[in-house]
Amino acid sequence: MSPRFAIGDRVRVREAYPPGHVRTPYFIRGKTGEVIRLLGDLPNPEELAYGRDGKPVLPLYWVKFMQTELWNDYTGVDKDTAVVEVMENWLDPLDGDTR
Amino acid sequence: MSGDRGNHQGHDHADWPYPHPKQPDLEDGPLTHYMAMTEAVVELLIDKEIISADEMRRMIEVIDSKSPAEGARMVARAWLDPDFKARMLEDVNEAAREMDIDAGSIPIRAVENTSGIHHVIVCTLCSCYPRHLIGLPPDWYKSREYRSRMVRKPRAVLAQFGTIIADDVEVRVHDSTADLRYLVLPQRPQGSEGMDEDELSALVTRDSMIGVTTVTIEKG
Repeated sequence: MSPRFAIGDRVRVREAYPPGHVRTPYFIRGKTGEVIRLLGDLPNPEELAYGRDGKPVLPLYWVKFMQTELWNDYTGVDKDTAVVEVMENWLDPLDGDTR
Repeated sequence: MSGDRGNHQGHDHADWPYPHPKQPDLEDGPLTHYMAMTEAVVELLIDKEIISADEMRRMIEVIDSKSPAEGARMVARAWLDPDFKARMLEDVNEAAREMDIDAGSIPIRAVENTSGIHHVIVCTLCSCYPRHLIGLPPDWYKSREYRSRMVRKPRAVLAQFGTIIADDVEVRVHDSTADLRYLVLPQRPQGSEGMDEDELSALVTRDSMIGVTTVTIEKG
């Protein structure tokens, strides 16, 4: 499938807490970041974990977060970042962008 | 040292007043659900002749034999050859094939340390690690402390490893969550001009490819 997001897009990680083999870490849920790299389409690891085929494949992104966005009490330097691989079904466009 | 009693490494077990407890055997811990499940699945795979016991043993042997040497060779090559570096930053597995290195089937991405950015790798959810290129992960990499604190207080954790990153350098933590593995391409150290690939690869350590330290001539 063609990716919904492009490099530079601002995205928000869904704030959801489903059960299962979820690969989206808690610390980025509900947080805002920026797409910095497209990693191609991959089988969904949340499905693969249960012996299913992981279809449909989903675009995977590198999303960059400012550490100060992730942690209110961040003690490092403002420019510090975290980069996490996130599957497209976990990302919403920011500001109601409905592409 | 007297050799006539139960003597072991210079101390006498019979009347040494501070006996040390014996190292627990694997079987002294509880057999958990997942340990039992793993053993059962292996037995089933062998019983059904999907894999043989020897293939299972061989795979474990191959995994255990991996070391940081192959990752280090790739880093050294990247330092010497800008075109190779560009290919490695695009696709580590493909670049590894050029050097007859088997990087496995899971995609590995290299992230390059520069004067402006320092990368460090963690797997907050488990222990994802580029085993084909740098061997099995150290115990600390799998510890809950490293996994939870590296993403939250990276500069403090780096300092515990003796690594101080200047405030004008961005620290970028990569969380390896499922589909990719990461390898840090460290900065080539000062004073390494004129070194060849073998000399350079000898400087590159496991920890520098995780990103918890840098490469220096002294450490090598």
